[in-house]
Amino acid sequence: MNRIYLDNAATTPVAAEVLQKMLPYFSDVYGNASSIYATGREARKALENARATVAAAIGAKPNEIYFTAGGSESDNWAIKGAAYANSGKGKHIITTAIEHHAVLNTCQYLEKKGFAVTYLPVDEFGRVTAEQVQAAITPETILITIMAANNEIGTLEPIEEIGRVARNHKTLFHSDAVQAMGAIPVDVVKWGVDMLSMSAHKIHGPKGAGVLYLKNGVRVDPLIHGGAQERGRRAGTENLAGIVGTAEAVRLATKDLQEKAAKISALRDRLIAGVIKTIPDVRLNGHPTERLPGNANFSVKFIEGEGMLLRLDMAGIAASSGSACTSGSLDPSHVLLAIGLPHEIAHGSLRFSISDKTVQEDIDEVLRVLPGIVNTLRDMSPIMA
Amino acid sequence: MYSDKVMDHFSNPRNVGEIENADGIGMVGNAKCGDIMKMFIKVEKNVITDVKFKTFGCGAAIATSSMSTEMVKGKTIEEAMALTNKAVAEALDGLPTQKIHCSMLAEEAIHAAIEDYKKKQQQGD
Ligand SMILES: Cc1ncc(COP(=O)(O)O)c(C=O)c1O
Ligand SMILES: [Zn+2]
Repeated sequence: MNRIYLDNAATTPVAAEVLQKMLPYFSDVYGNASSIYATGREARKALENARATVAAAIGAKPNEIYFTAGGSESDNWAIKGAAYANSGKGKHIITTAIEHHAVLNTCQYLEKKGFAVTYLPVDEFGRVTAEQVQAAITPETILITIMAANNEIGTLEPIEEIGRVARNHKTLFHSDAVQAMGAIPVDVVKWGVDMLSMSAHKIHGPKGAGVLYLKNGVRVDPLIHGGAQERGRRAGTENLAGIVGTAEAVRLATKDLQEKAAKISALRDRLIAGVIKTIPDVRLNGHPTERLPGNANFSVKFIEGEGMLLRLDMAGIAASSGSACTSGSLDPSHVLLAIGLPHEIAHGSLRFSISDKTVQEDIDEVLRVLPGIVNTLRDMSPIMA
Repeated sequence: MYSDKVMDHFSNPRNVGEIENADGIGMVGNAKCGDIMKMFIKVEKNVITDVKFKTFGCGAAIATSSMSTEMVKGKTIEEAMALTNKAVAEALDGLPTQKIHCSMLAEEAIHAAIEDYKKKQQQGD
């Protein structure tokens, strides 16, 4: 069966070019980047090249790029590190209700440690405004952390405007750009962020590898104590293959970005228009225009998400859902509840995430099989009118 | 994640639908938690001669609905009342632990349909 992968917001396959770049660093160039002999020096060179590549892609300086073990570590480090290093100035953090759990659960942890956190509500499209942020700032506020793009509904947040508010109040500003990288232009100077998280596996890089951008002069405590790697701020012998792969993935993802985004959003719009046209009682979740080029998130009324996912899988199509039964909890996705969806509609959510490897035939296949799947499940539904 | 049996009952659910003039109807769960089951039974001489269901819910919810209807069809009211979610899960070659919640509803729905039948019987007398 021809397998169609439309869950690129969950993870992506490593690109062939990325894998090629990584391979030598497992066994040929095995040196420790801290060693002075030849293979160590070669590793060091690759490490610093990777750093320069990532820096160039986001408008940063190479010495502001720190390699981590993924988006979750970057989020944890930025938030806990900034909170602990700046707790003398205040103990208030501002975030939103729709952050990834890597941010939300870190904030909740800090609440237990005596910090106060404001979770800003979002509008029906998942947007927060700079005015809301402004209004939430108190003299105690030390950190604002707001995602650039939401992983479930694809909504883009007004990061540049929030950056201005943060700068005016001299408050540290972190943004989780895990989903934004490779989808929209990311420029740390234009955005006015002090910290920014990335993850390699969402952009055809390896899993377990990521980046934290830390603007020069920003004080954060280390999360991982130990050796002097990463300028003494993140210990551990560098995951060189992962780092080289991250840099190549970032380079490829940010190359010809506009063209790729245009192609991907055309596929997304074809999918959205087709689903809305062929299936009654469906709504698009997220913002109609301010959304990731590859994200289409629907709520299909009267049925539950996991049933749709299982039947799509039987038809060779991989997608995801925010229903309770797929998240393993009793509640549907916090993001869908935050945009005001009633529980039963949140349970029927279906997310397709498109990449530059997606072709029109993939979208057309979804449009061919989805109406039948929805009908079958609706015929079984006791709440179908 | 799911056993072959679960996938079989999910993809080809037995006894989907409604029974007109059912002798008992049970509806359990709610849309808030993500699973709703509605069971319809036909009873003749204390034996469940027909049973149908409609379910809003995940793969486990649909598969347990299907399996439980198979397990009570042709059984006496007493035998059907003795049906447990554990027995349903076992008949499906097990369920993932986080899905036990969904499988409880099948037992509850059958019991609710039988209670409804008994109530109607008393009212009819
Ligand atoms: C917005 C966002 N932040 C953080 C993460 C976590 O990244 P990682 O899987 O690399 O830890 C993800 C991925 O699930 C994400 O989508
Ligand atoms: Zn369930």
